[in-house]
Amino acid sequence: MSADGCGAPAGGVSAPAAAGSQAIVEGRVTRDGAAVATGYARLLGTGDEFVAEVPLGDDGGFRFFAAPGSWTLRVLAPGGLRAERPVQADYGHVATVDVTI
Amino acid sequence: MSRSDVLVDADWAEAHIGDPHVVIVEVDEDTSAYDKGHIPGAVKLDWKKDLQDPVRRDFVDKAGFEALLSERGISNDDTVLLYGGNNNWFAAYAYWYFRLYGHDKVLLLDGGRKKWELDSRELSTEVPERPRTSYTAARDQDHSLRALRDEVIDAIGKRNLVDVRSPDEFTGRLLAPAHLPQEQAQRAGHIPTARNVPWSKAANEDGTFRTDEELRQLYEGEAGLDFGRDTIAYCRIGERSAHTWFVLHELLDLPNVKNYDGSWTEYGSLVGVPIELGEAR
Repeated sequence: MSADGCGAPAGGVSAPAAAGSQAIVEGRVTRDGAAVATGYARLLGTGDEFVAEVPLGDDGGFRFFAAPGSWTLRVLAPGGLRAERPVQADYGHVATVDVTI
Repeated sequence: MSRSDVLVDADWAEAHIGDPHVVIVEVDEDTSAYDKGHIPGAVKLDWKKDLQDPVRRDFVDKAGFEALLSERGISNDDTVLLYGGNNNWFAAYAYWYFRLYGHDKVLLLDGGRKKWELDSRELSTEVPERPRTSYTAARDQDHSLRALRDEVIDAIGKRNLVDVRSPDEFTGRLLAPAHLPQEQAQRAGHIPTARNVPWSKAANEDGTFRTDEELRQLYEGEAGLDFGRDTIAYCRIGERSAHTWFVLHELLDLPNVKNYDGSWTEYGSLVGVPIELGEAR
């Protein structure tokens, strides 16, 4: 993942996250027990306000460095598959959200 | 310029795979996406390695742009179709380069890589071999499309300043998008008098652009931009604002729209310039 870029991180979760002072939201997306490697995870605020989006990794993983607060995680995958989960982010904490679609 | 001159859909792209006069180019920061699979026949551009100067903070100069396109087998007469991840951020940024250096036959794929993937269209891992060309840029950098910092400072209160970052970045709660570590050292906030219109409001969930009518309502109606004024768009490093530049200059055909590619990483580190925190005033 680039530290100075504005986007296009490597898909998914490539290394264990150490929360430190960050408010991390991460997880994996699976279908029938298998990782969903093609798809997107979106972090949304109040009223579906877009916050960020990442492509899923080969293991179906995703990670966000959010501001503290309540968010909605939305997953999009080919075939019109989608799912939503609420998530709470806090500094120094890793919120894990695993999603089955 | 209008939407049909600059934007094509996936069916158009699919129909032009193998067209000798069309070069499909994937542009990303993380080119592992290309390596895992790309539109058949597409070549890749790496946003950082290929499009940025390796030493100073600037993008490739005219000679560098010519060398890059020659090496990738792109000729002056080719129509270049750009697409990429992140809802076409980097593809829009590359599109802006092509315009800066006068390559007019350039198109953006609506929805970019995301819509192509969500539609389950074909992806290939085969890397095409294109013979080298002798590309010559039509002109030096077109400064009517690019804003530098002094011009931005002078534009405060005079022109439309459109901050296309997320509301949390605009108000100063975050220094980077929420999918990147928050490790930057510069000051947070926004340029005074800027309006916050996040780039994402211009796009549908599948990455395609909203209709012209919706876009006009967004910028002129909701954000209160004066379309009779000149406009400068900025974000953090200039690629999200290239997406908005594309909307305002290419889709809505507004005449004087510049992208400030120095963006917040430059402005937020300048000494002595005004910064606002919180909501737009």
